[in-house]
Amino acid sequence: MSRNSAGPIVDHTGIGSGAELSTWATLRRGAVLSPELTRGIWVTIALALLSTLGRVLVPLVIQRTTDEGLLAPAGPDLGRVWMWVGIALVGVVVTAFSAYAVNIRLFTSSENGLAALRIRAFRHIHDLSMLTQNTERRGSLVSRVTSDVDTISAFVQFGGLMLVISIGQITLATLLMVWFSPLLAAVVWACFVPLFFLIRHFQGVVGRAYTRVRERVGQLLGAIAEAVVGASTIRAYAVQERTAARIDAAIEAHRAAAVGAQVRAVVAFTAGQFVSGLTTAIVLVVGTWMAVNGRLTLGELLAFLFLVNLFTMPVQQATEILNELQNAVAGWRRVIGIIDTPADIADPGEAGVDLPRGPITVDVDRVTFAYPGGEPVLRDISLHIPPRARIAVVGETGSGKSTLAKLLSRLVDPDLGRIQLDGVDLRRVRFDTLRSRVVLVPQEGFLFDASLLDNLRFGRPEAGEELILDTLAELGLDDWARSLPLGLATPVGQRGESLSAGERQLVALVRAYLANPDLLILDEATSAVDPATEVRVQRAIDGLTRGRTSVAIAHRLSTAEAADEVVVVDRGRIVERGPHHILVQQGGVYAGLHASWSAQHGH
Amino acid sequence: MTAVPRSTLCKGAAVVARGIREQPRWFGVAVVGSALYGIMTGAMAWVIGRLTATVIGPAVAAREVTAGQLWQIGLTISAVVLLNVAGIILRRVGAGFAMYGLGAAYRQRVTRQYLELPLRWHHKHPSGQLLSNANADVEATWNIFAPLPMALGVIVMLIFGTVQMVIVDPLLAAVAMVVFPLLFAANALFQRRMSPQVTRAQQLRADVSEVAHESFEAALIVKALGREDQEAARFAAVSHELRDANIAVGRTRGTFDPAIESIPTIGTLVVIAVGAWQASRGQITAAEVVQIAYLFSVLSFPVRAFGWVLGEVPRAVVGWERVNAVLQATGAMEFGSVSLPPGTDALPIAARSVDYAYEVENPSGATDRAPVLQGVTIDVSAGGTTAIVGPTGSGKSTLAGLLVRLVDPDTGVVLVDSVDLRRLRHGALAEAAAFVPQQAFLFEDTVRGNVTLGLQVSDDQVWQALRIARADGFVSALPGGLDTVVGERGANLSGGQRQRIALARAIVRNPRLLILDDATSAIDPSVEQEILAALRRAAAGTTVLVVASRMATIALADDVVFLADGRVVDHGPHEQLIERCPPYADLVTAYVRDAAARAETRHTDAPESAAEVPA
Repeated sequence: MSRNSAGPIVDHTGIGSGAELSTWATLRRGAVLSPELTRGIWVTIALALLSTLGRVLVPLVIQRTTDEGLLAPAGPDLGRVWMWVGIALVGVVVTAFSAYAVNIRLFTSSENGLAALRIRAFRHIHDLSMLTQNTERRGSLVSRVTSDVDTISAFVQFGGLMLVISIGQITLATLLMVWFSPLLAAVVWACFVPLFFLIRHFQGVVGRAYTRVRERVGQLLGAIAEAVVGASTIRAYAVQERTAARIDAAIEAHRAAAVGAQVRAVVAFTAGQFVSGLTTAIVLVVGTWMAVNGRLTLGELLAFLFLVNLFTMPVQQATEILNELQNAVAGWRRVIGIIDTPADIADPGEAGVDLPRGPITVDVDRVTFAYPGGEPVLRDISLHIPPRARIAVVGETGSGKSTLAKLLSRLVDPDLGRIQLDGVDLRRVRFDTLRSRVVLVPQEGFLFDASLLDNLRFGRPEAGEELILDTLAELGLDDWARSLPLGLATPVGQRGESLSAGERQLVALVRAYLANPDLLILDEATSAVDPATEVRVQRAIDGLTRGRTSVAIAHRLSTAEAADEVVVVDRGRIVERGPHHILVQQGGVYAGLHASWSAQHGH
Repeated sequence: MTAVPRSTLCKGAAVVARGIREQPRWFGVAVVGSALYGIMTGAMAWVIGRLTATVIGPAVAAREVTAGQLWQIGLTISAVVLLNVAGIILRRVGAGFAMYGLGAAYRQRVTRQYLELPLRWHHKHPSGQLLSNANADVEATWNIFAPLPMALGVIVMLIFGTVQMVIVDPLLAAVAMVVFPLLFAANALFQRRMSPQVTRAQQLRADVSEVAHESFEAALIVKALGREDQEAARFAAVSHELRDANIAVGRTRGTFDPAIESIPTIGTLVVIAVGAWQASRGQITAAEVVQIAYLFSVLSFPVRAFGWVLGEVPRAVVGWERVNAVLQATGAMEFGSVSLPPGTDALPIAARSVDYAYEVENPSGATDRAPVLQGVTIDVSAGGTTAIVGPTGSGKSTLAGLLVRLVDPDTGVVLVDSVDLRRLRHGALAEAAAFVPQQAFLFEDTVRGNVTLGLQVSDDQVWQALRIARADGFVSALPGGLDTVVGERGANLSGGQRQRIALARAIVRNPRLLILDDATSAIDPSVEQEILAALRRAAAGTTVLVVASRMATIALADDVVFLADGRVVDHGPHEQLIERCPPYADLVTAYVRDAAARAETRHTDAPESAAEVPA
């Protein structure tokens, strides 16, 4: 049901790319999302134009100074020179101050606006369902709140300002050139129009070349990482030379791409320089001819050369900036795409229901579920779980048992049928209650690069050390915490790498215990741990499930044995259910699983 | 000059000198191009002045111009423009080749070190740091070569321009002598203020990215515990820090940019004012003043290149120090010249009184030694299967690593077929022994490439190995079969699949000695069982050593070595150890006992829970 509410931005559960937004629509939407950007923008633009005016007028005043003062017919007119120099100095100061004000205003407004946009996009990514999040790589999600936003800010702060100034300067210079000599102005424009298209063409070429460089950097990093992360394997198999050859190939590919991009960029850049120089030559030739014919004074011709300089710089800049604009818009589109992707598993909010605390009853009512574009993994499942019951769900890999855990904790919604907690449809339960009453312990309990204590209390940051120690004692884990080098203060490393897999599971279990849910959904980890930790894990699970309704997606025989009831899932359907000792005797699917388990544990 | 500490400047000069020595040709090309550019930029003003004085002026005065004169004007300017552009191309292309050439050469040297330095060295350096040494630090070191030729060209340009000015009027030249150093100093001050701010913003950008990365990777747990707001607050805090740092950068830029831009204009105005005075005294002509003013405005922009070079110096020095630390590191493993006896029969392996300690850097910076293995002696006869068992942290993995010479013992020896591993030639051990680590490592290569690692074997042999490792099923289902590229570190595969490919890699070599370091931990127990059984059948001529944490794995071994706290507590067949070694019995039966205890509890609980659960 919720999928149908997906707006035009998304297809199915995917994340919007914003690709269908035009440049203009992107800029407008961007301005709406970050009102800080446009607040006071007219003052900023006015100041920018003022500084542009200064930039054009000051050289012109200098020109006047030379023409009227220095080159006055009766020899240098010192009074005039100093007057003009004084006026120019005032112009310089005004230009500098308005440029200063523009810089400060732009940085402040853009950084405020984009920080808010970044945070909003970040929050929204967490609101998206697992399915939606999983349509994109984590790194790609990260880039939407980092580098994509950075390209916007770089553009707003450097390019955007330059664009305003450049366009102003081009307009002013053109007006002045026309005023001096419409013919020469036409000559200049005639030289630059082809350059404009040429530069745009080159920018495409250069842009693609730099994209290639970025790809090569990625491959280079990958190759280098192999030498670092695969150090043991490389030594054990004595494949240093093979690895070195792979790395060298990546290094050379990167070097070649970088040099290639550099050469292309140089060609593009010098094309502009060349045309500028050529324009000067043509203007001088045509101007001389005009001066000879009395249509221009020598002073005017030299003044015009100044204007040509004023014109060529911003034209080259503006064309380059237009390319940056495309980059920024692309980044902006991606950020907008995220923000405009509707959260398909949404909090019902005010309209929702709060569940009172206490033992919970679960009813799964004819639920069918398929992952996007796939066959149903669960078909027409019904299951009644009474309060405080301990249920173990078992089945082969791919039977659909992990999906059941996701459905019960509302990480996904059923395609057909419904799930009820205490008689209320899960989709109507407000997230506040849902997340406090129903807690999922995933297979891989992610650990943050912080102390053990901070990781344990991730779900309840206000919990003090005392409470954590008590909790550990209740779960029989106090000796474990004490055995770590710095106790609770032990840093766990990136993703908890300093702890063993089993210890990471313990952290996940303590977190769940502190959250104190009424319904516990436990997706057991498959990875093997040493027997001592295994026992700790089992005891912690016992402590955690005591007195609660619990559903364990079981990979261990002991969990199934300890459950009140075992539910056997096979190819998306519930095929058997009942207590362990009865199912074992029935000789069905469960009996087979049990036999293979027992064989491994030396029963 | 005062903006960067002298010692940093000296070190920077040393880095530059090293770079020039290694890329003299391309650097030379760049400098020649830069000089050409410098001369032609200066020449442009002079040429326009000359043309005005000798051709345009007289022509306008005479109200007559010939086609030849017009050609002369056009061609002279075009020639200068062409030479100028040629200079730019030579400069930038030369600088590009020099810079990227240096980068590539140093990346090779650094990564060569990564391959040669011992694992002990790797353990002391986080992988993120090593990656940035080979990438970002190398780049930071040689980036200075981008603006350097330009700066050198500017020197030529300044000399050229100054000579012109001095010839025209020494007083005007003196004005320039004041303004250029001023501009230079302003740029240097700007770079000095800016670079710590930029570094900080860069660091914060990395922090923002790190928080986002961690948080998105933890998305499931964030959802499961409803911590979205808390995470958003964490991200907001670091984003706001970044925002403030960026605004600080903006302030510095906003202050310096207009100032630096104004200096040349003010200089030009001074030149005009002084020049007008000089001209009124008849010292110079008005046209000469115009020429100097133009020259001045043209020269002032490239002078900034000095600022860019100075700005790069600290980065280059820091980058070089990090790169050099890797290049200077020593301790590469040394090899002997002995080969193992040829053949395919199993080899015995033994450790004699082996000690090994990890080096850990403590907070005060000194190195502590944490002993992992102490006086370990084991004997594994040819063709036997031995399990190494022990609690977490007992040194099992370290022992496995010593046996395949990933590291050398601090004291004691490891002997394969009675030969000290250190006396074997490079590659000799790898030809006879295969090792599968706990964390299977796959290259971003095809499945075939990952299995063979360059070994010449037929596809049939690869499939045979995959079959034994129970990987044939999923590999044949991959879109390209053996030719499927597995993605970065095998990212497209599950943990269990990666382990199976790593097992196949070992099996395809028909090793005479096979060491598995808990290499089946991510594989379903039932599948693990099949693999181990197949391995046992296939590995008839192989000595097998397996670090085991599952009962099923232990059961396959003829002999068990029980390690605790880095010492061998006992060894012998499992049945005997369980009888005579209580800690061993405790460890391996912990699970079984626990299950039994729980079963008992459940029986006593039974009536109660039955009452609670309606049928």
